[in-house]
Amino acid sequence: MALADLANPSRFLNLADRTIPWLGGLTVLAFAYGIDQAMLAPDDYQQGATVKIMFLHVPSAWLGMLGWGLMSVAALGTLVWRHPLADVAAKAAAPIGAAFTLLCLVTGSLWGRPEWGTYWVWDARLTSELVLLLLYLAVIALWRTVEDPSRAARAAAILTLVGAIDLPIIKFSVEWWNTLHQGASVFRLGGSTIYSTILVPLLVMAVAFTLLFFTLHLAAMRNEILRRRVRTLRLMQASAAS
Amino acid sequence: MAANHIGFIVAAYTAAVVIVAALIAWVMIDYRTLRRTLADLDRRGITRRPAPARPEPAREQA
Repeated sequence: MALADLANPSRFLNLADRTIPWLGGLTVLAFAYGIDQAMLAPDDYQQGATVKIMFLHVPSAWLGMLGWGLMSVAALGTLVWRHPLADVAAKAAAPIGAAFTLLCLVTGSLWGRPEWGTYWVWDARLTSELVLLLLYLAVIALWRTVEDPSRAARAAAILTLVGAIDLPIIKFSVEWWNTLHQGASVFRLGGSTIYSTILVPLLVMAVAFTLLFFTLHLAAMRNEILRRRVRTLRLMQASAAS
Repeated sequence: MAANHIGFIVAAYTAAVVIVAALIAWVMIDYRTLRRTLADLDRRGITRRPAPARPEPAREQA
Protein backbone atom coordinates (compact mmCIF):
# COMPACT_ATOMS: atom_id res chain seq x y z
CA MET A 1 0.00 0.00 0.00
CA ALA A 2 1.50 3.34 -1.09
CA LEU A 3 1.60 6.42 1.14
CA ALA A 4 -0.80 8.12 -1.26
CA ASP A 5 -3.39 5.36 -0.68
CA LEU A 6 -3.40 6.22 3.02
CA ALA A 7 -4.53 9.74 2.15
CA ASN A 8 -8.02 8.26 2.11
CA PRO A 9 -9.14 8.43 5.79
CA SER A 10 -11.54 5.46 5.43
CA ARG A 11 -8.74 3.29 4.05
CA PHE A 12 -6.46 4.47 6.87
CA LEU A 13 -9.13 3.62 9.47
CA ASN A 14 -9.46 0.10 8.03
CA LEU A 15 -5.70 -0.36 8.18
CA ALA A 16 -5.56 1.01 11.76
CA ASP A 17 -8.38 -1.28 12.91
CA ARG A 18 -6.51 -4.30 11.55
CA THR A 19 -3.02 -3.24 12.75
CA ILE A 20 -3.61 -1.92 16.29
CA PRO A 21 -4.46 -5.30 17.93
CA TRP A 22 -1.33 -6.92 16.44
CA LEU A 23 0.91 -4.01 17.44
CA GLY A 24 -0.64 -4.04 20.93
CA GLY A 25 0.04 -7.77 21.28
CA LEU A 26 3.65 -7.36 20.13
CA THR A 27 4.08 -4.48 22.59
CA VAL A 28 2.89 -6.63 25.53
CA LEU A 29 5.25 -9.47 24.53
CA ALA A 30 8.20 -7.08 24.12
CA PHE A 31 7.53 -5.51 27.53
CA ALA A 32 7.19 -8.92 29.20
CA TYR A 33 10.59 -9.96 27.84
CA GLY A 34 12.18 -6.55 28.41
CA ILE A 35 11.07 -6.24 32.05
CA ASP A 36 12.20 -9.82 32.71
CA GLN A 37 15.64 -9.03 31.26
CA ALA A 38 15.79 -5.69 33.10
CA MET A 39 15.05 -7.30 36.46
CA LEU A 40 17.65 -10.04 35.85
CA ALA A 41 20.35 -7.56 34.75
CA PRO A 42 23.28 -7.27 37.18
CA ASP A 43 24.02 -4.07 39.09
CA ASP A 44 26.39 -1.63 37.43
CA TYR A 45 29.86 -1.33 38.99
CA GLN A 46 29.39 2.42 39.47
CA GLN A 47 25.62 3.03 39.56
CA GLY A 48 24.70 -0.11 41.48
CA ALA A 49 21.01 -1.05 41.28
CA THR A 50 19.95 2.39 40.06
CA VAL A 51 21.04 1.29 36.57
CA LYS A 52 17.53 -0.28 36.41
CA ILE A 53 16.14 3.26 36.11
CA MET A 54 18.13 3.61 32.87
CA PHE A 55 15.93 0.93 31.26
CA LEU A 56 13.07 3.46 31.50
CA HIS A 57 14.98 6.73 31.22
CA VAL A 58 16.97 6.11 28.02
CA PRO A 59 14.10 4.74 25.85
CA SER A 60 11.75 7.52 26.99
CA ALA A 61 14.42 10.13 26.14
CA TRP A 62 14.82 8.64 22.66
CA LEU A 63 11.05 8.53 22.11
CA GLY A 64 10.56 12.10 23.30
CA MET A 65 12.96 13.15 20.54
CA LEU A 66 11.53 10.67 18.01
CA GLY A 67 8.08 12.15 18.61
CA TRP A 68 9.26 15.65 17.74
CA GLY A 69 11.20 14.32 14.75
CA LEU A 70 8.06 12.58 13.50
CA MET A 71 6.08 15.80 14.03
CA SER A 72 8.72 17.72 12.05
CA VAL A 73 8.39 15.38 9.07
CA ALA A 74 4.59 15.65 9.38
CA ALA A 75 4.94 19.46 9.51
CA LEU A 76 6.73 19.33 6.15
CA GLY A 77 3.92 17.07 4.95
CA THR A 78 1.42 19.75 5.97
CA LEU A 79 3.27 22.78 4.60
CA VAL A 80 4.98 21.35 1.51
CA TRP A 81 3.20 18.20 0.30
CA ARG A 82 -0.21 19.00 1.86
CA HIS A 83 -0.80 15.35 2.68
CA PRO A 84 -4.28 15.08 4.27
CA LEU A 85 -3.08 12.89 7.13
CA ALA A 86 0.12 14.84 7.90
CA ASP A 87 -1.48 17.18 10.44
CA VAL A 88 -3.47 14.27 11.87
CA ALA A 89 -0.17 12.46 12.48
CA ALA A 90 1.42 15.56 14.02
CA LYS A 91 -1.50 16.33 16.33
CA ALA A 92 -1.73 12.69 17.48
CA ALA A 93 2.02 12.48 18.22
CA ALA A 94 2.21 15.59 20.45
CA PRO A 95 0.64 14.27 23.70
CA ILE A 96 2.47 10.94 23.35
CA GLY A 97 5.83 12.64 22.80
CA ALA A 98 5.11 14.97 25.72
CA ALA A 99 4.34 12.01 28.01
CA PHE A 100 7.61 10.27 27.10
CA THR A 101 9.58 13.49 27.61
CA LEU A 102 7.93 13.91 31.03
CA LEU A 103 8.80 10.30 31.88
CA CYS A 104 12.41 10.96 30.82
CA LEU A 105 12.63 14.00 33.11
CA VAL A 106 10.98 12.25 36.09
CA THR A 107 13.09 9.09 35.84
CA GLY A 108 16.22 11.19 35.25
CA SER A 109 15.54 13.14 38.44
CA LEU A 110 14.94 9.95 40.40
CA TRP A 111 18.25 8.58 39.11
CA GLY A 112 20.08 11.87 39.69
CA ARG A 113 19.26 12.13 43.41
CA PRO A 114 21.20 9.00 44.49
CA GLU A 115 23.92 9.35 41.81
CA TRP A 116 24.55 13.10 41.61
CA GLY A 117 23.11 14.08 44.98
CA THR A 118 20.43 16.29 43.43
CA TYR A 119 17.13 15.91 41.60
CA TRP A 120 17.86 18.75 39.19
CA VAL A 121 20.66 20.94 37.86
CA TRP A 122 20.43 23.57 35.10
CA ASP A 123 22.72 21.44 33.00
CA ALA A 124 22.60 21.85 29.18
CA ARG A 125 21.16 18.37 28.55
CA LEU A 126 18.51 18.62 31.28
CA THR A 127 17.54 22.16 30.33
CA SER A 128 17.23 21.38 26.61
CA GLU A 129 15.08 18.35 27.48
CA LEU A 130 12.85 20.56 29.65
CA VAL A 131 12.61 23.00 26.70
CA LEU A 132 11.39 20.05 24.57
CA LEU A 133 8.61 19.36 27.09
CA LEU A 134 7.60 23.05 27.06
CA LEU A 135 7.58 22.99 23.23
CA TYR A 136 5.28 19.96 23.28
CA LEU A 137 2.92 21.76 25.68
CA ALA A 138 2.99 24.87 23.45
CA VAL A 139 2.02 22.84 20.36
CA ILE A 140 -0.79 21.07 22.24
CA ALA A 141 -2.06 24.45 23.48
CA LEU A 142 -1.91 25.84 19.92
CA TRP A 143 -3.96 22.94 18.56
CA ARG A 144 -6.56 23.52 21.27
CA THR A 145 -6.67 27.30 20.81
CA VAL A 146 -7.30 27.51 17.05
CA GLU A 147 -10.69 25.99 16.24
CA ASP A 148 -10.27 25.51 12.48
CA PRO A 149 -8.09 22.34 12.09
CA SER A 150 -6.42 23.49 8.84
CA ARG A 151 -5.37 26.86 10.32
CA ALA A 152 -4.23 25.18 13.53
CA ALA A 153 -2.25 22.67 11.46
CA ARG A 154 -0.29 25.38 9.64
CA ALA A 155 0.48 27.31 12.82
CA ALA A 156 1.50 24.12 14.67
CA ALA A 157 3.65 23.02 11.70
CA ILE A 158 5.63 26.29 11.78
CA LEU A 159 6.11 26.05 15.56
CA THR A 160 7.18 22.41 15.17
CA LEU A 161 9.80 23.21 12.54
CA VAL A 162 11.17 26.10 14.63
CA GLY A 163 11.23 23.85 17.70
CA ALA A 164 13.11 21.13 15.79
CA ILE A 165 16.29 23.13 16.43
CA ASP A 166 16.11 21.79 20.00
CA LEU A 167 16.75 18.20 18.79
CA PRO A 168 20.42 18.66 17.77
CA ILE A 169 20.90 20.83 20.87
CA ILE A 170 19.69 17.94 23.08
CA LYS A 171 21.80 15.40 21.19
CA PHE A 172 25.05 17.39 21.14
CA SER A 173 24.64 19.35 24.39
CA VAL A 174 26.94 16.90 26.17
CA GLU A 175 29.66 17.57 23.59
CA TRP A 176 29.20 21.33 23.11
CA TRP A 177 29.10 22.21 26.80
CA ASN A 178 30.70 20.89 29.94
CA THR A 179 27.74 19.07 31.46
CA LEU A 180 27.05 16.91 34.48
CA HIS A 181 25.11 14.53 32.21
CA GLN A 182 27.22 11.75 30.73
CA GLY A 183 28.06 11.64 27.04
CA ALA A 184 26.68 9.21 24.47
CA SER A 185 27.27 5.60 25.49
CA VAL A 186 24.98 3.49 23.27
CA PHE A 187 25.18 4.92 19.73
CA ARG A 188 28.66 6.36 19.27
CA LEU A 189 31.65 6.05 16.99
CA GLY A 190 33.77 3.16 18.20
CA GLY A 191 30.77 1.22 19.52
CA SER A 192 28.79 1.13 22.73
CA THR A 193 30.60 1.47 26.05
CA ILE A 194 27.91 -0.53 27.86
CA TYR A 195 28.52 -4.17 28.73
CA SER A 196 26.15 -6.62 27.00
CA THR A 197 24.41 -7.75 30.22
CA ILE A 198 23.05 -4.21 30.55
CA LEU A 199 22.97 -3.21 26.87
CA VAL A 200 20.69 -6.09 25.78
CA PRO A 201 17.88 -5.36 28.31
CA LEU A 202 18.21 -1.66 27.47
CA LEU A 203 17.73 -2.31 23.74
CA VAL A 204 14.84 -4.75 24.35
CA MET A 205 13.11 -2.11 26.51
CA ALA A 206 13.77 0.47 23.78
CA VAL A 207 12.05 -1.81 21.23
CA ALA A 208 9.11 -2.34 23.64
CA PHE A 209 8.70 1.41 24.26
CA THR A 210 8.97 2.11 20.51
CA LEU A 211 6.23 -0.44 19.76
CA LEU A 212 4.10 1.19 22.48
CA PHE A 213 4.72 4.61 20.93
CA PHE A 214 3.60 3.50 17.46
CA THR A 215 0.58 1.57 18.78
CA LEU A 216 -0.59 4.64 20.71
CA HIS A 217 0.19 6.92 17.79
CA LEU A 218 -1.85 4.85 15.36
CA ALA A 219 -4.75 4.71 17.84
CA ALA A 220 -4.54 8.48 18.47
CA MET A 221 -4.52 9.13 14.69
CA ARG A 222 -7.64 6.98 14.34
CA ASN A 223 -9.28 9.04 17.13
CA GLU A 224 -8.33 12.30 15.41
CA ILE A 225 -9.93 11.18 12.11
CA LEU A 226 -13.11 10.20 13.98
CA ARG A 227 -13.07 13.57 15.84
CA ARG A 228 -12.97 15.38 12.49
CA ARG A 229 -15.89 13.28 11.24
CA VAL A 230 -17.89 14.26 14.33
CA ARG A 231 -17.00 17.93 13.71
CA THR A 232 -18.07 17.73 10.04
CA LEU A 233 -21.37 16.05 10.94
CA ARG A 234 -22.12 18.64 13.63
CA LEU A 235 -21.41 21.45 11.17
CA MET A 236 -23.75 19.75 8.66
CA GLN A 237 -26.38 19.44 11.40
CA ALA A 238 -26.00 23.12 12.36
CA SER A 239 -26.20 24.33 8.75
CA ALA A 240 -29.28 22.14 8.13
CA ALA A 241 -30.98 23.56 11.22
CA SER A 242 -30.33 27.20 10.28
CA MET B 1 20.71 -3.77 45.94
CA ALA B 2 21.40 -0.87 48.24
CA ALA B 3 18.34 -0.51 50.44
CA ASN B 4 18.45 3.29 50.34
CA HIS B 5 18.15 3.23 46.52
CA ILE B 6 15.17 0.87 46.28
CA GLY B 7 12.78 3.74 46.87
CA PHE B 8 14.13 5.63 43.83
CA ILE B 9 13.84 2.55 41.59
CA VAL B 10 10.29 1.78 42.76
CA ALA B 11 9.30 5.44 42.31
CA ALA B 12 10.70 5.47 38.74
CA TYR B 13 8.84 2.29 37.73
CA THR B 14 5.65 3.57 39.42
CA ALA B 15 5.92 6.84 37.47
CA ALA B 16 6.36 4.85 34.24
CA VAL B 17 3.29 2.70 34.97
CA VAL B 18 1.17 5.77 35.86
CA ILE B 19 2.21 7.76 32.75
CA VAL B 20 1.82 4.81 30.34
CA ALA B 21 -1.52 3.79 31.90
CA ALA B 22 -2.77 7.39 31.60
CA LEU B 23 -1.79 7.45 27.92
CA ILE B 24 -3.53 4.14 27.18
CA ALA B 25 -6.66 5.21 29.13
CA TRP B 26 -6.75 8.56 27.30
CA VAL B 27 -6.61 6.88 23.87
CA MET B 28 -9.18 4.19 24.74
CA ILE B 29 -11.69 6.51 26.46
CA ASP B 30 -11.38 9.02 23.61
CA TYR B 31 -12.04 6.25 21.05
CA ARG B 32 -15.13 4.94 22.86
CA THR B 33 -16.54 8.45 23.33
CA LEU B 34 -16.04 9.29 19.63
CA ARG B 35 -17.57 5.99 18.46
CA ARG B 36 -20.58 6.56 20.74
CA THR B 37 -21.01 10.13 19.43
CA LEU B 38 -20.81 8.95 15.80
CA ALA B 39 -23.34 6.17 16.48
CA ASP B 40 -25.65 8.70 18.15
CA LEU B 41 -25.39 11.09 15.17
CA ASP B 42 -26.02 8.17 12.79
CA ARG B 43 -29.11 7.14 14.77
CA ARG B 44 -30.46 10.68 14.43
CA GLY B 45 -30.00 10.50 10.65
CA ILE B 46 -27.03 12.87 10.59
CA THR B 47 -24.66 11.07 8.28
CA ARG B 48 -22.37 11.82 5.35
CA ARG B 49 -24.08 9.13 3.30
CA PRO B 50 -27.01 10.36 1.22
CA ALA B 51 -30.34 9.34 2.69
CA PRO B 52 -31.80 6.27 0.94
CA ALA B 53 -34.36 7.24 -1.71
CA ARG B 54 -37.91 6.73 -0.50
CA PRO B 55 -40.20 4.76 -2.79
CA GLU B 56 -42.69 7.08 -4.41
CA PRO B 57 -46.28 6.54 -3.25
CA ALA B 58 -48.42 4.77 -5.80
CA ARG B 59 -50.58 7.23 -7.70
CA GLU B 60 -54.24 6.56 -7.69
CA GLN B 61 -55.78 6.11 -11.08
CA ALA B 62 -58.39 8.66 -11.88
